[in-house]
Amino acid sequence: MRAFEYLEPATLAEASALLHRCGGRASVLAGGTDLLVQIKASHRQPARVINIKKIPGMDVLTFDAAEGLRIGALVTTREVETSDMARRHYASLAKAVTDFASIQVRNRATVVGNVCRASPSADTLAPLIADRAQVHLYGLSGSRSMPVEAFVTGAGKTALAADELVSRLTVPAPRPYTGKAYLKHGRRVQMELATVGVAVSITVERGQCLDVGIVLAAVGPTPIRAVHAEAMLRDRPISAGLVLQAAHAAMEDARPISDVRASADYRREMVGVLTRRAIELALQETETH
Amino acid sequence: MRQFIALTLNGEPRELAVEPHSTLLDALRHDAGLTGTKKGCDVGECGSCTVLMDGKPTNACLVLAPEAHGCTLVTIEGIQPDPDTVHPVQDQFMRCGAAQCGFCTPGFVVMAKALLDENPQPTRDEIRFAIAGNICRCTGYTKIIEAIEQTAETLRHAPEATR
Repeated sequence: MRAFEYLEPATLAEASALLHRCGGRASVLAGGTDLLVQIKASHRQPARVINIKKIPGMDVLTFDAAEGLRIGALVTTREVETSDMARRHYASLAKAVTDFASIQVRNRATVVGNVCRASPSADTLAPLIADRAQVHLYGLSGSRSMPVEAFVTGAGKTALAADELVSRLTVPAPRPYTGKAYLKHGRRVQMELATVGVAVSITVERGQCLDVGIVLAAVGPTPIRAVHAEAMLRDRPISAGLVLQAAHAAMEDARPISDVRASADYRREMVGVLTRRAIELALQETETH
Repeated sequence: MRQFIALTLNGEPRELAVEPHSTLLDALRHDAGLTGTKKGCDVGECGSCTVLMDGKPTNACLVLAPEAHGCTLVTIEGIQPDPDTVHPVQDQFMRCGAAQCGFCTPGFVVMAKALLDENPQPTRDEIRFAIAGNICRCTGYTKIIEAIEQTAETLRHAPEATR
């Protein structure tokens, strides 16, 4: 591996000051499962690597019914995968991190790292956006927060300033009668990047859709909120026919490209199939809550 | 410039002088002289460098050497209960013919031990799920899965102390 200076700041303020001083030539190391691969392949050539694992308080994964879920920057995907509260209240996110790489990788890779990588095929982004998650940033000029949806600005691009790092994610507590699902389509079940991913969070009371989030992964440079599909369902009585119409609308919302994993046409077809199935799965979930 | 890290390596306290930009895998193989942990892909795809870091199966190729400071590490060299006895997983790998070229074997054995430590009686699906991050290009996995199932079977009848 190309040589770099290795630093272990003890506080967020120290980490932010280091990032500022390096002016974009430093990389933040949390799980490292993406960063080290990128450095080995010379896709990134940082002069400094800033390991944030010594900063206290960032490994916290908590849930309460008022505040919702809090995922510290150091919380691993495996911790979310094996968390009973995550599986119960954030089933789509829990599924996304279970379908992710291998156990060895998930023991290191962080959820926040997956968000900051902002890969078009990122598994965690679609469920986080469907659940209206917020990302909390820390920088020299203070803290700010924004929806994950606004944080991811392009393929591999985020709203992070050069001196900023993500301290945590928060995800609102689900309303009653909410069901969630994430479906990932690939050539195999594990050790796979998504060809298409669909996350659905839906709230249905007495047959009426009160709220819905449908987010598509790997069919655009960033995750895409299927706004037309959502509008089709929101504030309307749910029926099999309506679900089918929403799935068709999602196909129009997608902006897929052709690449090594699939053609654009195939991806668009799969958006239709997976959106229907994900809505159906999420609807089953609402009945058990 | 090299820096010193102190860790518990296979039950023994060790100090290693490592390059901060080297991986734990290279530190184990070159600085600690433990070459049982293999370098396959070096990007976290193949699992042949699987080690137990604070009890958790981890790809040593995706960890920076200085990150191992203060941790408890177990490699394939450290899983035998004593120098004359192989671990039950190793024993069953031999009995079932679960190794051909052997390059992936240390990673599979460590991963299987991690699985059985956490879940002593896994189903076949749970075994397949657990070893998804380990690649074997010789055996086709059937005998590896059988070896892990057989280990679980022998552990079921074994006294606690030998696990």
